[in-house]
Amino acid sequence: MTARRVHLEVNGQPVEVAEGSSVAAAIAQLGVPFRRSVRGEWRAPLCGMGVCFECRVRIDGVAQQRSCMLPAREGMRVHTDD
Amino acid sequence: MTERYDVLVVGAGPAGLAAAQAAASHGVRVGLLDAQARAGGQVWRHDVLAGVPRLARRSIAAALAPAGVEWLAQTRVLLAEAGDLLVEDPQRARRLEYAALVLATGARELLLPFPGWTLPGVTGAGGLQALAKQDWPLAGKRVVVAGSGPLLFAAAATARRHGARVLGIHEQAGREAVARFAVGLWRWPGKLAQAMALRAQLLGTGYHCGSLVRRALGAERVQAVEIEGQHGVQRLDCDLVAVGYGLVPDLRLAHMLGCASEAEGAHERISVDGAQRTSIAGVYAAGEVCGIGGRDCARVEGAMAGHAAAGAQARAAQLQGARRHARAFAAQLRRHFALRPEVRGLAEPDTVVCRCEDVPLCALDGYTDSRSAKLATRCGMGACQGRICGSVLAELGRFPRRGDRPPLFPARLSSLSGEAAANPRDA
Repeated sequence: MTARRVHLEVNGQPVEVAEGSSVAAAIAQLGVPFRRSVRGEWRAPLCGMGVCFECRVRIDGVAQQRSCMLPAREGMRVHTDD
Repeated sequence: MTERYDVLVVGAGPAGLAAAQAAASHGVRVGLLDAQARAGGQVWRHDVLAGVPRLARRSIAAALAPAGVEWLAQTRVLLAEAGDLLVEDPQRARRLEYAALVLATGARELLLPFPGWTLPGVTGAGGLQALAKQDWPLAGKRVVVAGSGPLLFAAAATARRHGARVLGIHEQAGREAVARFAVGLWRWPGKLAQAMALRAQLLGTGYHCGSLVRRALGAERVQAVEIEGQHGVQRLDCDLVAVGYGLVPDLRLAHMLGCASEAEGAHERISVDGAQRTSIAGVYAAGEVCGIGGRDCARVEGAMAGHAAAGAQARAAQLQGARRHARAFAAQLRRHFALRPEVRGLAEPDTVVCRCEDVPLCALDGYTDSRSAKLATRCGMGACQGRICGSVLAELGRFPRRGDRPPLFPARLSSLSGEAAANPRDA
């Protein structure tokens, strides 16, 4: 099946994913880390299901959103390490 | 704003779907809520490439189609009191009142610390499967799958379907234990068929028993793992490592309601009677929260809880035989995939245990309860509210995590302030 495509922006770069993909998957396309820990280590998703909070990013100005829990939507603006 | 339901079901995995369908068959008003955007839970999570299996499609349709069922997607529970829940969805917060409540909150993956486990590219096994289904880019990636239990096969098969090169599956349980488990599978023909289908999808992928990922190596992300197997220690270059040691019941909501629980290994499960009733009147529980038992067990218990919650005790009682059979499978799983002591010794003194606050294992030496450890080290005080490190510390035999406080998830201030306004007795 060919899913419709969704276009969003991650750290100012355009990213395209299949409809139904998570914001986390869109970020992973760029290969950038998701957040920096309190000691300054890079982190990325661990649990994939909204438990570990390692995938937190800022989406459309709202910080601390779990990107693995949110389907990517057209025109979203996502910022990692925030 | 308040809605009222005869039966409110929390969690739309196999147990919650079966509960909603069963309750609705008696003509009552049912609310079914889940934090995810789609119904199905973790085991039936929608795959952007493959959709969901036929059984999942049928179960979801059967639960959501009846006129009496209202589907509340992306809805999470913040607070729980007798007779009502405060929930939040992306738009608003509201109260949901219920006459009967079914807890089908499922399980989380048991993720245990080892040196390097915080590197980007290290995920859970179920974690990798969930990410892959969300369209995580895996094409051409070299993946090592490790940990314990049948979920490793499912995770590896999903990763392969999404284009990953699975370098091997490393099961901590020994060859003899796994062989005994396989031999006993004839009693559950559905499980046997499922296992054989997965094995067929994984032709060419090595399955190594008695094998542990000891360490993940890399600078800013994982580049290799160190594996200790029957032939000593080997180093394997890879792009992703997926390690999961099975599942633990998710009891947060049950504890908030005051439901009694009992030990499940180092963890806990909700105590229920023969009709899936918890210790709190009007509150039922079904599926993995009552002990890890798998999809089939969840479906039977969900149906029992749904019938009982709608007042049809006799219908619920008819399913007790099926429930016993399904639970016997759970006992087999627990016995044959029991964790070897070495697994609990992988973390070194400087290995981070609390990932939210970067607390290393050695900082917790000398503490015997979670409260004093938390006050002194911040362990468990971060965004995940101790969901990851709490299970780790219970499994490592340090101290269990108790005394969770509301809200169950970080919430919008407006959701909670609306709560205060609507509740003059708290003012």
